[in-house]
Amino acid sequence: MEKDIEKVLILGSGALKIGEAGEFDYSGSQALKALKEEGVKTVLINPNIATVQTSEGIADKIYFYPVTPSYVEKVIKKEKPQGILLSFGGQTALNCGVELYKSGILEKYNVIVLGTPVQAIMDTEDREVFANKLKEIDVKTPKSIAVNSVNGALHAAEEIGFPVIVRAAFTLGGMGSGFCSSNEELEKLAGNAFSYTSQILVEESIKGWKEVEYEVVRDQYDNCITVCNMENFDPLGVHTGESIVVAPSQTLTNEEYHKLRSLSIKIIRHIGIVGECNVQYALDPDSEDYRVIEVNARLSRSSALASKATGYPLAFIAAKLALGYGLHELKNTITKTTTACFEPALDYIVCKIPRWDLSKFVGVSTQIGSSMKSVGEIMSIGRTFEEAIQKGLRMIGQGMHGFVANKEIQVNNIENELSKPTDKRIFVIAKALKEGYSIEKIHELTKIDNWFLFKLKKIIDIDKQLSDYQDLEDVSNNFLLETKQAGFSDFQIARLVFKSKDNIIEQDLLKVRNHRIRNNITPVVKQIDTLAAEYPAQTNYLYMTYSGANHDVEFQNDKKSVVVLGSGAYRIGSSVEFDWCSVNTIDTIKKNNFRSIMINYNPETVSTDYDVCDRLYFDELTFERVMDIIELENPKGTIVSVGGQIPNNLSNRLDKQGVNILGTSAESIDKAEDRHKFSSMLDGLKIDQPRWKELSNIEDIFRFVDEVGFPVLIRPSYVLSGAAMNVVSNKDELEHFLTLAANVSKKYPVVVSEFIQEAKEVEMDAVAKNGDIIVYAISEHVEFAGVHSGDATIVFPAQKLYIETIRRIKKITRQIAKELNITGPFNIQFLAKDNDIKVIECNLRASRSFPFVSKVLKSNFIEQATEAMLGIEIEKPQKSIFDLDYVGVKAPQFSFSRLLKADPVLGVEMASTGEVGCIGESYYEAILTAMLSVGYKIPKKNILISSGPPRSKVELLESARMLHEKGYNLYATKGSQKFLELHGIPSTILYWPDEDKKPNTLDFLKAKEIDLVINIPKNLSKDELFNDYSIRRSAIDYNIPLITNARLASAFIYSICKVDYNKIGIKSWDEY
Amino acid sequence: MINKLLQEDNKKMKLLFEDGTAISGSFFGYPGSVAGEVVFNTAMTGYPESLSDPSYKGQILVLTYPLIGNYGVPEELIKDKLTKYFESSRVQVSGLVVASYSEEYNHWNATKSLNHWLYENKVPGMFGVDTRALTKFIREKGALKGKLVYDSQDIEFFDPDKENLVDLVSCEEKLAYGNGKYKILLIDCGVKNNIIRHVLKRGSQVLRVPWNYNFLDEQYDGILISNGPGNPVHCEKTIEYISTAMKTEKPIFGICLGNQLMALASGAKTYKLKYGHRSHNQPVLLAKTNKAYITSQNHGYAIDQKTLDKDWEPLFVNLNDGTNEGIRHRSMPFFSVQFHPEASSGPTDTEFLFDDFIDLVKKYK
Repeated sequence: MEKDIEKVLILGSGALKIGEAGEFDYSGSQALKALKEEGVKTVLINPNIATVQTSEGIADKIYFYPVTPSYVEKVIKKEKPQGILLSFGGQTALNCGVELYKSGILEKYNVIVLGTPVQAIMDTEDREVFANKLKEIDVKTPKSIAVNSVNGALHAAEEIGFPVIVRAAFTLGGMGSGFCSSNEELEKLAGNAFSYTSQILVEESIKGWKEVEYEVVRDQYDNCITVCNMENFDPLGVHTGESIVVAPSQTLTNEEYHKLRSLSIKIIRHIGIVGECNVQYALDPDSEDYRVIEVNARLSRSSALASKATGYPLAFIAAKLALGYGLHELKNTITKTTTACFEPALDYIVCKIPRWDLSKFVGVSTQIGSSMKSVGEIMSIGRTFEEAIQKGLRMIGQGMHGFVANKEIQVNNIENELSKPTDKRIFVIAKALKEGYSIEKIHELTKIDNWFLFKLKKIIDIDKQLSDYQDLEDVSNNFLLETKQAGFSDFQIARLVFKSKDNIIEQDLLKVRNHRIRNNITPVVKQIDTLAAEYPAQTNYLYMTYSGANHDVEFQNDKKSVVVLGSGAYRIGSSVEFDWCSVNTIDTIKKNNFRSIMINYNPETVSTDYDVCDRLYFDELTFERVMDIIELENPKGTIVSVGGQIPNNLSNRLDKQGVNILGTSAESIDKAEDRHKFSSMLDGLKIDQPRWKELSNIEDIFRFVDEVGFPVLIRPSYVLSGAAMNVVSNKDELEHFLTLAANVSKKYPVVVSEFIQEAKEVEMDAVAKNGDIIVYAISEHVEFAGVHSGDATIVFPAQKLYIETIRRIKKITRQIAKELNITGPFNIQFLAKDNDIKVIECNLRASRSFPFVSKVLKSNFIEQATEAMLGIEIEKPQKSIFDLDYVGVKAPQFSFSRLLKADPVLGVEMASTGEVGCIGESYYEAILTAMLSVGYKIPKKNILISSGPPRSKVELLESARMLHEKGYNLYATKGSQKFLELHGIPSTILYWPDEDKKPNTLDFLKAKEIDLVINIPKNLSKDELFNDYSIRRSAIDYNIPLITNARLASAFIYSICKVDYNKIGIKSWDEY
Repeated sequence: MINKLLQEDNKKMKLLFEDGTAISGSFFGYPGSVAGEVVFNTAMTGYPESLSDPSYKGQILVLTYPLIGNYGVPEELIKDKLTKYFESSRVQVSGLVVASYSEEYNHWNATKSLNHWLYENKVPGMFGVDTRALTKFIREKGALKGKLVYDSQDIEFFDPDKENLVDLVSCEEKLAYGNGKYKILLIDCGVKNNIIRHVLKRGSQVLRVPWNYNFLDEQYDGILISNGPGNPVHCEKTIEYISTAMKTEKPIFGICLGNQLMALASGAKTYKLKYGHRSHNQPVLLAKTNKAYITSQNHGYAIDQKTLDKDWEPLFVNLNDGTNEGIRHRSMPFFSVQFHPEASSGPTDTEFLFDDFIDLVKKYK
């Protein structure tokens, strides 16, 4: 071990965003655990308050600040660490670390970079340096030549050989790029490209090659291992984050596998990494030729996946290696007897499938390609590919039941969608196979290896065979077992055999289940032990399969265990916060001497780390699988309220099967979930709510709208296209929406609610026991109601509510808790306008803001909720804990820059992919730190204001005045400029993008003359949005901070004007 | 015909153990019964190489990786008098047991399915087996005698420990390869082709001789003792010739069985491991250093390190179970390793041992 390292600083990755998500909470947590084991003091900077790594007892000091050089320097100055770890916080930490190194800050404070040296990181980050570096050791990268003329391009193509890819340098969004397979095509494309740019890159095309990755580890003694290889189902052309991936590789021969493996080792040695890296290859499907596409000199999404796929804790080991250990000096953490210097042998296959949420965004293309758009992923484990892929397709949680037996998807042109993949690609393949497309044809269009297609075809064949039956009794047991081995769920079997309608399928799948159990067709539990059973292992890392004769584990049947249902794939609206809740529930279960059994399948989480619980079932959260596990484990009870909506939705069905749901009853959960039941309950309690009606014809809708007045919120139950929910402001829009977006009928009614403008939104997060409130937290949104609570900026404790409002909210909460006899966590959302309080929603489960309020309040709500659910006596905390002399602010993180063409505007559908939570001495200080943490910057001089409707013009007036007084140059669009002028604030007019006049907004944005864009849409209707769209989109594309909400804009402006950024004191969490 | 059998609901194969345990599964490959020692291998790739490895003679092989057959079997090209893609000219295992067999395969160099290849070589296979449960069974009981019985055609158990399996796989007469500068005498106890390829690649020629051939009168610059199947004590002749050869200063390099023969020739003893090492992920440490390597292994016997003569010392040690993985003479140019530096299948990290050997040959020439 390195001597003299007593304190180490770790950089986190900040808010979750597309391309940088929960995997870094997992890797950071592992690294912190490894350092702790060595007695090293740890300091963590990460503003992501919902993570496990920023919880008590994981790091010694936690700083909720932006991971930027200036903040990190402040922390270094204060904490004086001897070492720093850069490779556990994704690209954010890596970039920040490189800047700290280059600017000499690390040297100035004598901080040593542990593990991989910064030079090695820089060598892999610059494409040209990287290619040359690999050339030194005769390792191939794709050929690429930069040219400045069409002629040059033709020469380059001659040298490289067709087909080639043309990439235009210095343009956005791949403008002017494309594939060419002849001189003519190249001449045309290059000619076109040179109209935007002065330089293009001509590169050899390896589109359609196999994409294979290796996770490589090296220690200071130069010992190297590859922990895992992975093969992309989607060949090159689709980003690995957008691909279905299997581990280990399935179609590589020994020769290919080991050729790439030994190249990986050659590369890691030459670059000089100490710790972990990831090497991505393209492999020719028709020879052993290859290219290295990329090396990530840090823990990555793939390394998290590899850790979960193999049981080899890459981040934990990498942290130990950074401290100077050799691989051979460390133990295999699963067997605990053998060495960590080995390469895991898998005796199962895992399948990773991305989760997209593209339907949440307006205007975004659903095509997938070389940049990442997915927001989460799942990993499924099986002993056949068919089993793994079908499990996985259920896990992504987009209403699919596997590869087949799904609701029909709309495909306009199968061939087109096969060759230009979208987020639905795998289901388009299913449709093509069903329609009789040959494997050769599908291969030709997709370049997916035939082996995968053969296996998918097998699922289609079983689907057809099953459909020929009408009665389950006619299906032989052997065939039924075969279908289960091919990953068919009871639901799929019920739908195919019984042709069940949606309303009775729940009962029919129980028939399948009972039939199966009667005939002893049940799954077995297998262990993941890293050595394919070669050595005995006491591993608690489990999965279930139908390809097995017996269980690897025994069941204790002592009612001393508690099952916790996790949250599944990260998606918009459900991410790391529920992982935090799950992990804290497990901890509390263990603390109270019960055994914890976790079920979850998201490889990006800490809850699926096998050493946090007593048993981990890395398996589905479907009714079927949860029942399988509960029947085997026979636990004391099951907790459904800490994993978000997926487990919450299962409560009723589990309850009906006699499963002991701990905490609030399934009946109460149903009462809160069912709009009608909940509404009549509120009426009974005389609690107010916005007026709403469920309507099934257009006339009734208009009649209701006449009654409540515009605007109204419309929620269709069946969506044809676009977002599911919308606010409409007038009759025209309403008609437009109803004809275009929704199909209204008795079967698919529409819920119309009164929309209250300029109302404050207030959140109550609380824990109750037997209907009595134990702890609570009241927070308020900065934005007025209308912005989804997941996209809102939230202040806790609420700073600007009337005492009367708070008193009434507490009273209503007590009434509801009592009425529903709540035991456990819950959340209620309120609208408050002039002390008029209405309830919008009530969830009888932990909410997104639980980690935030728990950490700000320093009172772990989940611990209390779990103890309440376990029936343990808890003391109500002293009232004084609610009296804080600091403020917490939770701010959303958006990923619009990754979502080409998406309109970065906020509405009733959630669009943020992550969040941060920061603490400050004052409201404005907390706002400022939080907003800087999600990427806002303090503007230098120029601010563009386009302030929308009169209301927001007024709202922003004072802010504009302050900016002017601070010496900022204000630019404004026509109406805003006039309004400002009228009120004595000078500003320069910039013309609208569609006006052919200079100075034009777009020119200023393009030239990056603007440091902050404030663009407030007039209302949320689509037509209005379009007018401002290009301003907002350009701000995103040119990486200029953008605010689209007047209340938030004014809060931010007040913050930058009132708080002196340089004087903000740096305080760790425990110092508040 | 082969494909048809596969599609039928054919629970026609049984794996029977000497202790009475029976497992049934579906049949593929050749419809027949075989007996042997049942062993498992945890490698995830390389079935064409493994199945053609002569060290598996007399054994029924269980693969723990469940999906087998995916990339088919390559064509039988001959290059430098050796089959290009295989380790010998035929399937050497007695029988094969897998979890999920893939008859449909896809690879640019594949010309037939695994099923087809087994059929051609008259080797029966069984699939649809919980190979993890089977592996745990073997791990607990130790490698034990078993038989694959097709369609109730019962046969006797077979004890490979009692047979001289080397005699079955060694060449029958001298064979010469290449025309390089250094002449390497290869004692063929069941050599894998890749060992020969590695020597040829390093500017040497190979004279391959049968296990019981008296090579002492041949001209050579170095001796390479190959891998091979079974209990080393059956190779008395080989041991005798090696100990005589050790009296000269010609470098000797032993691999796998060759390692055990080197030990026996030096006066040390060998013993049978409970269930052997058969995998691609065995970590070994170079003695007295911090250098660790991942190796490919396939052996049931090992050197008893305690019995090493004072002139010899351990060269490599297994990091998982502490067993000996190689020895070297303290002063003479003799060394041997229990693992497979030639890999194929498996990791290639210890290929440098061939360089070390050829360097010694140069030095002592």
